[in-house]
Amino acid sequence: MSTTFAKGGIHPPENKLSAQSKIRDLQIPASVIIPLSQHLGAPAKPVVNKGDAVKAGQLIAKGDGFVSSNIHASVAGKVSKIEETVDISGYKRPAIFIETSGDEWIETINRDPALITSISLTGQEIIGKIGEMGIVGLGGATFPTQVKLSVPRGKKAEYLIINGVECEPYLTSDHALMLEKGEEIMVGIQILKKALNVEKVIVGIENNKTDAISHLRILAQKYPGTAVTGLKVKYPQGGEKQLIQALVNREVPSGGLPVDVSVVAFNVGTAFAVYEAIQKNNPLFERIVTVTGKSLKQPANFRVRIGTQVSALIEAAGGLPEDTGKIIAGGPMMGKAIASPEVPVMKGSSGILLLPETESKRGEIEPCIRCSKCISVCPMGLEPYLLMPLSQKALFDRLEEEKVMDCMECGSCSYTCPASRPLLDYIRLGKAQVGKIIRSRKKPA
Amino acid sequence: MSQLITVSPSPHVFGQQSVKSIMTGVIVALVPAFIMSLFLFGIGALVVTSIAIVSCVLTEYLIQRFILKTANRISDGSAIVTGLLLAFNLPSNLPWWMIITGSVFAIGIGKMVFGGLGNNPFNPALVGRVFMLISFPVQMTSWPLPIASRMHYLDAATGATPLGIVKEGLRNGEVMSAIAQQVPDHMRLFLGYMNGSLGEVSAVALLLGFVWLLYKRIITWHIPVVMIATVFGFTGVLWLIDPLHNASPVFHILTGGVMIGAIFMATDLVTSPMTKTGMVIYALGIGIITVVIRVYGSYPEGVSFAILIMNATVPLINKYIKPGRFGKEVKHG
Repeated sequence: MSTTFAKGGIHPPENKLSAQSKIRDLQIPASVIIPLSQHLGAPAKPVVNKGDAVKAGQLIAKGDGFVSSNIHASVAGKVSKIEETVDISGYKRPAIFIETSGDEWIETINRDPALITSISLTGQEIIGKIGEMGIVGLGGATFPTQVKLSVPRGKKAEYLIINGVECEPYLTSDHALMLEKGEEIMVGIQILKKALNVEKVIVGIENNKTDAISHLRILAQKYPGTAVTGLKVKYPQGGEKQLIQALVNREVPSGGLPVDVSVVAFNVGTAFAVYEAIQKNNPLFERIVTVTGKSLKQPANFRVRIGTQVSALIEAAGGLPEDTGKIIAGGPMMGKAIASPEVPVMKGSSGILLLPETESKRGEIEPCIRCSKCISVCPMGLEPYLLMPLSQKALFDRLEEEKVMDCMECGSCSYTCPASRPLLDYIRLGKAQVGKIIRSRKKPA
Repeated sequence: MSQLITVSPSPHVFGQQSVKSIMTGVIVALVPAFIMSLFLFGIGALVVTSIAIVSCVLTEYLIQRFILKTANRISDGSAIVTGLLLAFNLPSNLPWWMIITGSVFAIGIGKMVFGGLGNNPFNPALVGRVFMLISFPVQMTSWPLPIASRMHYLDAATGATPLGIVKEGLRNGEVMSAIAQQVPDHMRLFLGYMNGSLGEVSAVALLLGFVWLLYKRIITWHIPVVMIATVFGFTGVLWLIDPLHNASPVFHILTGGVMIGAIFMATDLVTSPMTKTGMVIYALGIGIITVVIRVYGSYPEGVSFAILIMNATVPLINKYIKPGRFGKEVKHG
């Protein structure tokens, strides 16, 4: 029996079109748009002004508050303006615009590709430096990494889990990274291990990436305490709570954090970024992005400077196909449809997916026939068929009782519903309202 | 960019199953039983089934068109399923006007008054059937003989069902060993060579349909398996205690409506519970009530009533039996 999480889940067609594509450097764009909100938490505060010259890797905005993150220039050039622009989220948010003049990096960055394995910094120093370098969770949640590494007093991390699941259909950026930067990832893992002071590490990878599993397994032999586990392919296994259950059989409590069950989890991309930051002094200003779609000429994995417009990625992959009906930042299950390809790539952008017109429209909404499939596929054990009408009727106290806040918006319910009901859409609305109510309750009177 | 692109919330891809594909799947699953009914009851089976399907679909169409004045949804196929299942629960010599009356009642009162597909608390086909059983008790309990009545409709020769023979025999003070001479053997029961409703008789055909429903992931095993096991277990205990005055458990699961009830009627998505635990409780209830009616009640058969009674408990089951939530509550200091 192969390892996987216990409850629910679906198996959509994998469509990993770019699985065999090597990582290619995308040409440095003529200008970049670097949003100040690329992480969970408050937007960063700019520390440069219009007209300033910057080098790649230079700090241009400082994290504002505990759960926030530093932002660095991704090209060398001149700050042309700092103003609000629509980003991937669809909202107008402040961003720093830079006109590119070249590719000069700040001097502190070590651009020599040779692997550095010895870790000189102490745990505390590592955490501090990761914060400075603007590392956030690259699996999609973009939670600042230094915050996750600071285990609260009274809690102890026992396992470090590295997420190489990439359960979203189509996406292959983590897969490509594991194949090409396996050694760096392994050193990144050792750094995280040292910062957390844990002994046991498990890398979880789904069985549709056997090459990555065997590659990392061989590399892991050099690092005692590091195991690589193959997992049965099932969505949403990349969900933190699902992966923890699959690998160490512990359930993160409702409303709790992984550290409540003595686990801390990071994405493989984050482990690589940590390696670059600590061993090479390289702040996070580029990442691997999959550009994919059935009608696209050359689905590919690119190394992209943060702030590059999505349109440039699509061009490099063969241009926007005629039949494009939807452009998605991320995968087809949890990604965001964007209104224009002019928005910039951010730290959390793992892929750009182009869906043809024929796959872009939803089916006609039919009556709920109570087939209970939404319940069987919900990985959190919720009842989407019930949550939707509760949300429509604005019965927020009932929604809270029915644990609507546990929903991680994986979309398995909407995917499965034979009546094409917009289950997740209404659950999201309900979550937003219940979230507000809970926050207002916590405020001191 | 000149193209207009769609912007909508995730997910952006969807599974293949639709309401129509589910209903089509159920219809396909009923094909083996229909073929058996044509083989056993011939023209009668064809006439009764056709009338039931046409009148169910027409009733739904007319109600949507002239009373509710909504877009018609007959293309989803649910009325065809109701018609088929109603027909399968009728004797093959039933007069046409009774079938139409039952169909109108099944769709009109069983389904549309509650708001149509998805909103009815009771299985519409069973609502129709029980209405007919009460309204036309004589015609609804005269059963054409298999094979022999193939070329007959209203004039088919009739006899009692195996369950009826057992009930009557025990009432007259006979013992099982004597009664057993008057009913077909287990193999014939399994194949469907007995008097009964036209689609309920052939266990083997219905089980084929069950395999199809499981394969197409339209239902799960819980309700059919638990219901049949409950009937088997309960009648098995009675039979072990007193084999002279109780039919064997194999006889009980192969006769009457246990198979069609467990596989096609109790599993009706709309009127069965939402969670697996709920399904088990519900199926257990149906099994127990079926046996109680068969053994202690005045009717020889009780599957229809048992399912309708348990249908009534479904909202309550859904309210109290919740799926296991992921992660236990954590206390925030």
